[in-house]
Amino acid sequence: MSPATVLRRLSAAAQWLTSPLLPEDYLSLINPLWTTRELCGRVEAVHAETSDAATLTIRPGRGWVPHRPGQWVRIGVDIDGRRHWRTFSLSSAPGSSGDCVTVTVKAVQGGLVSNHLVRRTVVGTVLRLGRPEGVFVLPEPPPPRLLFVTAGSGITPVMAMLDGLRLDSAGGPDIVLVHSAPTPDDVIFGRRLRSLATRHSRLRLYERHTRVEGRLRPADLARLCPDWTERSVWVCGPPAMLDDIAAHWTGPADEFHVERFSLAPAAAAGSGGRVRFTRSGREAETDGGTPLLVVGENAGVVMPSGCRMGICYGCVARLRSGQVRDVRTGQVHGDAGEMIQTCVSVAAGPVEIEL
Amino acid sequence: MPGTFHPAPVDTEGFGRELDKIRDEVLASLGERDAAYIRRLIAVQRKLELSGRALLFASWLPPAWAAGTAALAVAKILENMEIGHNVLHGQWDWMRDPKIHSTTWEWDTASPADQWKHSHNFVHHTWTNVLGKDRDIGYSAMRITPEQPWHPIYLAQPFYNALLALFFEYGIAIYDLELERIPSGRKDPKEAFAQARAVAAKIRRQIVKDYIAFPLLAGPAFLPVLLGNLTANLARNVWAHTIIFCGHFPEGAEVFTEDRLENETRGEWYVRQLLGSCNIDGGRLFHIMSGNLSHQIEHHLFPDLPSNRYAEIAPRVRALCERFGLPYTSGSLARQVGSVWKRVLRLALPGPSRPSAAEPPASTLKAAA
Repeated sequence: MSPATVLRRLSAAAQWLTSPLLPEDYLSLINPLWTTRELCGRVEAVHAETSDAATLTIRPGRGWVPHRPGQWVRIGVDIDGRRHWRTFSLSSAPGSSGDCVTVTVKAVQGGLVSNHLVRRTVVGTVLRLGRPEGVFVLPEPPPPRLLFVTAGSGITPVMAMLDGLRLDSAGGPDIVLVHSAPTPDDVIFGRRLRSLATRHSRLRLYERHTRVEGRLRPADLARLCPDWTERSVWVCGPPAMLDDIAAHWTGPADEFHVERFSLAPAAAAGSGGRVRFTRSGREAETDGGTPLLVVGENAGVVMPSGCRMGICYGCVARLRSGQVRDVRTGQVHGDAGEMIQTCVSVAAGPVEIEL
Repeated sequence: MPGTFHPAPVDTEGFGRELDKIRDEVLASLGERDAAYIRRLIAVQRKLELSGRALLFASWLPPAWAAGTAALAVAKILENMEIGHNVLHGQWDWMRDPKIHSTTWEWDTASPADQWKHSHNFVHHTWTNVLGKDRDIGYSAMRITPEQPWHPIYLAQPFYNALLALFFEYGIAIYDLELERIPSGRKDPKEAFAQARAVAAKIRRQIVKDYIAFPLLAGPAFLPVLLGNLTANLARNVWAHTIIFCGHFPEGAEVFTEDRLENETRGEWYVRQLLGSCNIDGGRLFHIMSGNLSHQIEHHLFPDLPSNRYAEIAPRVRALCERFGLPYTSGSLARQVGSVWKRVLRLALPGPSRPSAAEPPASTLKAAA
């Protein structure tokens, strides 16, 4: 028997001793990272990058799958008792920080989670982690000529890529990095990038300080990097910049890669909208007054239900996207993955429910 | 007995609005403190259980046996009442922690969480104390209100109530199968059978854990460990039965007829929950050990508010009742238990006929409101 099989059988046997809980529910009393059902990570260090960005060094718990540079991870953080999930690019290559990984977060104005992570996270905090995801990753071996175009926190996945590329080897790729930030002080990883560029002739760094020079235009790109359409291009930044550059791309489509941090802007919390039930594939148009439970039932979805007045929690379902309004409080809420009470929730804009 | 409360006209909607206000205030203030409470409680409960089982391994020492059994009994009581019952109510769903969530929680009792959530959260909490709708009135096995017609079988109810106390978790699991609804076709026997299998699977795991695996692991202490676990389970059963029977069956709790449900308003729903529930007085530890069901009134008014908040809002609810001229039933554990048993004993016999049977209190109140 392989050690893995032995471990699995032992764990199955131990479950008879811990039923209805799992052995890890008790083990996590000693160390919260010893759980596998729910991937966790402990914050080992917090390092300020700029006045409003910080790098968190996180030690992932059991069950972590090594990521590829450029990938992102969902991070769950408890703020004021409630869990919030957000997505962040990993900013280090696997192995470069020991067993740890890093994420670099820029505090967005009014952003609950980003501000909490940047300003109020202390060493020792346990975060929930998703698995590394995303296809914004360099092929193996990396293309010989690369152009990275980034802005703001868009540098984070590219930092992980640079971290993973062997810049000192003779056969390493030729890299141009064009990065935009309001001022030199706002450049996340500024000192590190400049030092890398000084030490490695194969890395050319152009900083665009937008407060003085204005936003980067595709024409500027052609000037800074005349062969840009012949390179493998990797772009990460605000949607407007991405769209602008994409519109001017004349090279092969498979050499142009973008990573969008914000998808289509969340629909304004309006009233009603299109409701899609993802598992049953049914859809319905709804006003802002009909509970999602009724919307689903009318659309022929098998809806779990109970009291229909918000007390029994027999109707909770997972929200995949969109926002809902609680008819009792008028409060609009909704994070992807949140469990909502369908009997007292109405759609506030387009909504997807996992039923 | 029901019918003792004859209200003057009550502003039920005003009462309901005031309660809604309390509810909104609590919801708006939920945060770190509450999350820390339930997390700490769960950690304490698990450590207590581990300590109890560890002590029982040394149970050739009589004090270790007593301490281990007591720790395990308390752990099981906390797990069922302040944690399990309240998590399954969705009281902690607002934290969005899938590990402490009504949809994922499973507890150390014979009833599978899903079945219990249906019979308790939905049937009992929606139709509290409505004859013919709330199956918790006498648990379909006992006569606890004169409105239930007498049958000779009830002569034995003092005896089987005592038996039910000892084996409460199994009683509840069987009760959740709703077997009495099968003959009339209101329950599909196939569904009941599937549910019974789920119950059997849970009971099997509990028996293996408490009566086979842990005793075997204890080697020479096999028998004391088995007896310790059995004692802890029985103590938990008796305690849960005691607390739960004090919630709706003592003197002062009213039952209602089905016509009360017609077009019932939010305010009327609140009043029904209030009149059908009784509190038990006690200190902080007692409230926690009772799963805060000692605040049965607050729990029934706000079944999904976190239990650690009931003690805070109880004085406000009580003051509201005074202001609106509504009764608020509360008494010591001894008094409420005595009251319940008096009822169980008295109603084992036929009668009494209700003095105002022609005009049940529920309808009176509705007309007045």
